[in-house]
Amino acid sequence: MNGFSFWTIWLRNGRVWKKHILATLIGNLGQPLLFLVAMGYGLGRDMAPVAGLTYLQFIAPGLVASAVMYSAALETTYGSYTRLTVQKTYEAILMTPLGVADVVLGEIVWGASKGLLAGIIMLLALPLFGVVPSLWVVALLPMLFISGMFFSACGMIMTALAKNYDFFNYFTSLVITPLFLFSGIFFPVESMSPPVKGVLEMLPLTPIVSLARILSYGRFGEPILLKILGSLFATGCAVCLAGYLIRRRLIQ
Amino acid sequence: MLVREREWWHDWPSMGYTCAMSQAISQPESIPCGTNSQAVVSVTGLTKRFGERLVVDKISFSIHRGQCVGFLGPNGAGKTTCINMLLGLVEKSAGEIRIFDLEAPRFHREIKARIGVVPQADSLDPDLSVEENLHTYAGYFRIPRRLARVRVEELLHFFALHNRRNEIIEHLSGGQRRRLLLARALINQPELLILDEPTIGLDPQARHLIWERLETLQEQGTTMLLTSHYLDEVSRLSQQVLILDHGHVVVQGEPRQLITDFVGLEVFEVDGTPSELDGLQASFEQCNATLERVGDKLYVYAKEECSRLEKILSGGGSWLRRPANLEDLFIQLTGRSLRET
Repeated sequence: MNGFSFWTIWLRNGRVWKKHILATLIGNLGQPLLFLVAMGYGLGRDMAPVAGLTYLQFIAPGLVASAVMYSAALETTYGSYTRLTVQKTYEAILMTPLGVADVVLGEIVWGASKGLLAGIIMLLALPLFGVVPSLWVVALLPMLFISGMFFSACGMIMTALAKNYDFFNYFTSLVITPLFLFSGIFFPVESMSPPVKGVLEMLPLTPIVSLARILSYGRFGEPILLKILGSLFATGCAVCLAGYLIRRRLIQ
Repeated sequence: MLVREREWWHDWPSMGYTCAMSQAISQPESIPCGTNSQAVVSVTGLTKRFGERLVVDKISFSIHRGQCVGFLGPNGAGKTTCINMLLGLVEKSAGEIRIFDLEAPRFHREIKARIGVVPQADSLDPDLSVEENLHTYAGYFRIPRRLARVRVEELLHFFALHNRRNEIIEHLSGGQRRRLLLARALINQPELLILDEPTIGLDPQARHLIWERLETLQEQGTTMLLTSHYLDEVSRLSQQVLILDHGHVVVQGEPRQLITDFVGLEVFEVDGTPSELDGLQASFEQCNATLERVGDKLYVYAKEECSRLEKILSGGGSWLRRPANLEDLFIQLTGRSLRET
């Protein structure tokens, strides 16, 4: 790695992405928006307020966080795996002064950027559903990026271990979907029994969902520092592990 | 267009043209020539083990500035592993690699900035256009945008791709893709060009165009490492060959000399029934020649001018007389049996 040379890989991905912009945005945003409509409008209309918010308001910030997760994780699994195997993009890159660290960082930062973009578009769409976030939401953006880094790194780890595309079914079914369902997007984690609450709070998406809710409405009730530090630490670990595994895969 | 190309190559950084030429002609052991004479690549005792399997076993060789070295060997001989060790894609188990007098893999970033690689497998970006592929690659080398534009333009013309600049890779023919891979490898004006089967799967027209371009580069003093199974290609482009088999260097040297030493001057290929060939074989034994029977064919490798051979053969039957070539040498040294069974 040499300074910011990984940036050139980010630019390369951006160049390709520009050509398929619509397809990727629909792919990444379709699901969270549909959930917002179905659960928030459909189910939420008849529900009592949760934690002082309408159900639509309650789930909206979490769905923003989930859009980041999906977008980032899918980019560095299906997308990166294609570049690793079918297109041999990494091989081509390693014949230039760039090294494995550049490849890994470039891909992860790229995935996180796509995640952040999906999050921003979701946030911008919320007023259409009558959910207007507070100005504190700007402070959420760096956290969404960190979360994007984490899930991109997880995707890279899967890519490093994958033998074929089917392998990613494990990742989406056993990791991403459960995180989507159990990270406090759809129900308050705090109301669960202590042991269950303890487990759910350890999930990597939970602190992001709860930060998203806090910052979206500017309701600072619970401590946020631990959530931020925990997320940063987990992201650092995931990035390092992704780097190690991708190196093992690329350099024999 | 021809004029344009020539003008362009004048701008290429010169690496001591005359020196490069004299090096190319002479043996690697010959007297060094100025400061440019050091080996561009020097490899000693290079070894690679994958678990228990020894793939490359204490290989040593060097490539001098301006030379093109042909790297030959049957599939699985260790050629690609060797090249990948030079590029740092495979970690060496033992040995020393120096490129541009820099130690690899320690200085890989510096080394790779000065190398161009044409990989065996197509690794172009399929979503990007011809031009975008080159610009993206220029970005990896951190070539400033303005300079990159100039070089891309020149390379597109040099490889006759300028009419295809906006084409998506998927729409290119095999020959166009190969030319683009070559253009891409030259974006950083490399001093050393590594070519892994550069014309695989191409039609004769496309191969000839690539050979001509490679020869132009050689005239400019670009050092090359070439692997190919097309031995006519290697004969045409290389001043030195190195034959690998089972991870060892079987032989290395100047191709013409090696052919004369190991094979002979010319080859007679004779077809016939077993009894006819038996008879011929007996009479040929008086000549200074080695004989080989493969199926219904008798190969006679004549070490010296032997007019008697022709006299014996003139009686009839079907036969062919031709100069000994690199393919004979290759088969002689690595055998006829298939490697991938």
